[in-house]
Amino acid sequence: MGAVELLQFALAGLKNGAIYALVALGFTLVYAATGAINFAQGEFYMLGGMLSVWAYAGLGLPLPLAGLVGVAMTALVGGVFELLAVRPRKDGDLLAIIIITVGGSMVLSSAARHLFGPLEKALPAFTSTGTVSIFGAVLEIQSLWILGLTTLAVVALWYLYNRTSLGRAMRACAVNRDAARLVGIDPRRIVTVSFMLAAALGALAGLAVTPLTQTAFDVGPSVGIKGFAAAILGGLGNPIAAVAGGIVLGMLESMSIAFISSTYKDAIALVVLLGVLFWRPQGIFGASRREKV
Amino acid sequence: MDDVSFDVHDGQIKAVIGPNGAGKSTLFNVMTAFDRPDAGSVLFDGDEVTGKRPHLIVRSGIARTFQNTQLFEDMTARENVMAGAHAVTKAGFFASALRLPWTVQEERDVAEEAARLLRLVGLGEWTNTPAADMPHGLRRLLEIARALAARPRVLLLDEPAAGLNMAETVALAEALYRIRDEGTTIVVVEHDMGLVMEVSDEIVVLDRGRKIAEGPPRLIQKDPVVIAAYLGEEEADEL
Repeated sequence: MGAVELLQFALAGLKNGAIYALVALGFTLVYAATGAINFAQGEFYMLGGMLSVWAYAGLGLPLPLAGLVGVAMTALVGGVFELLAVRPRKDGDLLAIIIITVGGSMVLSSAARHLFGPLEKALPAFTSTGTVSIFGAVLEIQSLWILGLTTLAVVALWYLYNRTSLGRAMRACAVNRDAARLVGIDPRRIVTVSFMLAAALGALAGLAVTPLTQTAFDVGPSVGIKGFAAAILGGLGNPIAAVAGGIVLGMLESMSIAFISSTYKDAIALVVLLGVLFWRPQGIFGASRREKV
Repeated sequence: MDDVSFDVHDGQIKAVIGPNGAGKSTLFNVMTAFDRPDAGSVLFDGDEVTGKRPHLIVRSGIARTFQNTQLFEDMTARENVMAGAHAVTKAGFFASALRLPWTVQEERDVAEEAARLLRLVGLGEWTNTPAADMPHGLRRLLEIARALAARPRVLLLDEPAAGLNMAETVALAEALYRIRDEGTTIVVVEHDMGLVMEVSDEIVVLDRGRKIAEGPPRLIQKDPVVIAAYLGEEEADEL
């Protein structure tokens, strides 16, 4: 295989990895706030695309505005989902919350099917359908958008976490809930905000991908599994690790196509997931927990 | 606990002492709504505190520390204290996301105040150290600085000297004086009689859930009821 082809696969891996990273960030945010895995995360990805298509084709809004509406509405759905389905489970029982999110995932995808129909939907490319050539490898302009938006989201999230009082409250809650309450942080509010942010990040991924791959009511679960694998791979609860996990997973998939066969592409995520859970459950970037006596 | 009642005045350091199991920690838990009383109430400035949710207590001006330090382990000392200011910052999500000028200003003020509080408790050189990496005695001081960030009028300290060595205890006492001199009222539950007798303006003695004495340190030391309660306790000779 030549260098150009290898670069081509690497670029594809990077693009998919960026998408997984956004979805993985959603998993990690909710995990940090609740300690639970939100299996409805893939549906936020689906809703991001579907609601943007609805705003664009249905309402006739210009594309940038339609995308904004799609992401904002998905964030709202995420918040309402938390308020109606997760918060009422007051004891915070993790298994119960996880099963609630599995149920929620089914409700969201069926609702999308009823509202928008079973057919695949598409959006036009954000700027142009053209491609750019990078050392001989070809990359769609839309893929640049995906990479750019992911970078922007990661920087914004970093800023939120490290430079704002809300971000500090989110981190505080993740480390020590009792102490957080003590300094006047309401953990329930942090959980709601985390769901909204997770939904917005998933929606952004779904929106950015729709011009390339189209979307439909049933795209959620498969992307959800990839994002979950990426979050586990990096180390749950750590945003930087989630992004790294996403990129690594995208690259692994791409290289498996290059060197093995495209048949196994989707199995890679599951193999990675199982491998990490067996041998390094804290993830490759997660430090083993320090316990103080 | 049964029928315990006392007042705390502005600008005082008030100590609550008593043998093990006297109900000291329960008292704090009730005062900060982590536990609910079966009957009775805690009034702060004439307002009912009992039954509020814990995160709202701090907004009414009462802050506390725990017997086992409860810090945000992977955040730096400064970030811990800044998180403590959560109750007094106003910037919401959208405001800070948009970097509205006043949120930037507020963030700067909070950071400056955090640095000042760290100096006040004597942790000026530890600003950027993660809480998990700090020695035990200093973690106590950090928890106090974090509680102060909420600008409380009353600070409740649950056994702040437990596990501290002599030098650390002296540093703690000095920090307590500086905090009181800034106008914050302090209520402290403590086993270390040396510290209690030295810093407190007034002492309440609990035994088996009841108040058995109240007064300035000199009187408490001579009170026959108090001495009787402590007889058979290890601390008797320390009194």
